[in-house]
Amino acid sequence: MELRLTDIACARGGVPLIAGLSLTLRAGHALVLRGPNGCGKTTLLRTIAGLQPPLAGTVDLPPDAVAYAAHADGLKATLSVAENLRFWAAIYGGGDIAPALARMNLTDLAERAAQNLSAGQKRRLGLARLLVTARPVWVLDEPTVSLDAASVALFADAVRAHLAGGGLAVMATHIDLGLDEARTLDLTPYKAQRAGAGGADSFDEAFL
Amino acid sequence: MIALLTRDLRLALRAGGGFGLGLAFYLILAVLVPLGVGPEPTVLAAIAPGVLWVGALLACLLSLDRIFALDWEDGSLDLLATAPIPLEGVVTLKALAHWITTALPLVLAAPVLGVLLNLPAPAYGWLVLSLLLGTPALSVIGTFGAALTVGLKRGGLLLSLLVLPLYIPTLVYGAELVSRGALGLPVSTPLALLAGITAGSVALLPFASAAVLRINLR
Repeated sequence: MELRLTDIACARGGVPLIAGLSLTLRAGHALVLRGPNGCGKTTLLRTIAGLQPPLAGTVDLPPDAVAYAAHADGLKATLSVAENLRFWAAIYGGGDIAPALARMNLTDLAERAAQNLSAGQKRRLGLARLLVTARPVWVLDEPTVSLDAASVALFADAVRAHLAGGGLAVMATHIDLGLDEARTLDLTPYKAQRAGAGGADSFDEAFL
Repeated sequence: MIALLTRDLRLALRAGGGFGLGLAFYLILAVLVPLGVGPEPTVLAAIAPGVLWVGALLACLLSLDRIFALDWEDGSLDLLATAPIPLEGVVTLKALAHWITTALPLVLAAPVLGVLLNLPAPAYGWLVLSLLLGTPALSVIGTFGAALTVGLKRGGLLLSLLVLPLYIPTLVYGAELVSRGALGLPVSTPLALLAGITAGSVALLPFASAAVLRINLR
């Protein structure tokens, strides 16, 4: 299990953000992306998750390996915590949801409707979804937003267990999770140079 | 895959799920038309097939923007796109869920509303059959339109404008089938064309919808 990015360039809304990024991440390791707002962390994560094609370069991953968690948790407000989680478990092949609920400290909330959860509880449910996917590569976009200190520790434990089990994780986060296995990558040096005013690019850009 | 269908059906039935919106619209239309047109039985009988079909079409149109918009807003569409189900399967199930929650109640209510519009007796069977055959095309074409406009703020108007021209053949042959049935004329031509449109769109459009959705998610 290995994630390899080769000379990746990616763009958001037609604007190139990242260029010339290459890296290899082996099983058991995590990568934390850093960089100022708008530097392309989310775009890079969406590219790795396969939601958008890279402008250049290749993403090498085994097929069906990625579990992606975005800013939004993908929860249905009128379904209960257990129903939300059971749905994703069924989509990913029907695992048991009880360990994931316990791990994210949601067992007591299992029958509560998702609309009545606090922001941090919703986030924990979103992260519990990762546990039921049973996929080896976690691609996480700001996973710790609105989590309190205790929940961040819960999450860090979950990531650590995932890495110990042979998984790997790529995440964009601004806080320190205290993960020894994690490598930090600052995206600032990979900022794409904007194409000059002339040339074919600006002609195409007029239509974007 | 079944999990997605049951989730969508469950969501539609829960509070605020929009189940019954199309049905309520259809009922209102069928009650208001006789009041507006007047109680003349022969006039009502003549317009009933067209009114019942136009009503069913508009009722379907009413709930189209919900097919993907809600999943887009809460982020589940991104997550579904990275899930192990093919996106073609997702859009097919979404269309099926729309058909079950919106179109199927219309099909079942149509004969009752036909009474309000003085639909001739021989036409009832044809009305139900034409709606059963035609509404899957409405759901599938509508899902395609919803995939095209997903992510647009207030995309409802654009969606209606895109989808309505594609609905016209289904409307023409569906209403024609009921009219001919009411008069006891041969119905095989509109029946075959209606079934053909549905079969063609169910077979082809999920691939187009999935492709469009992939581009919209970038």
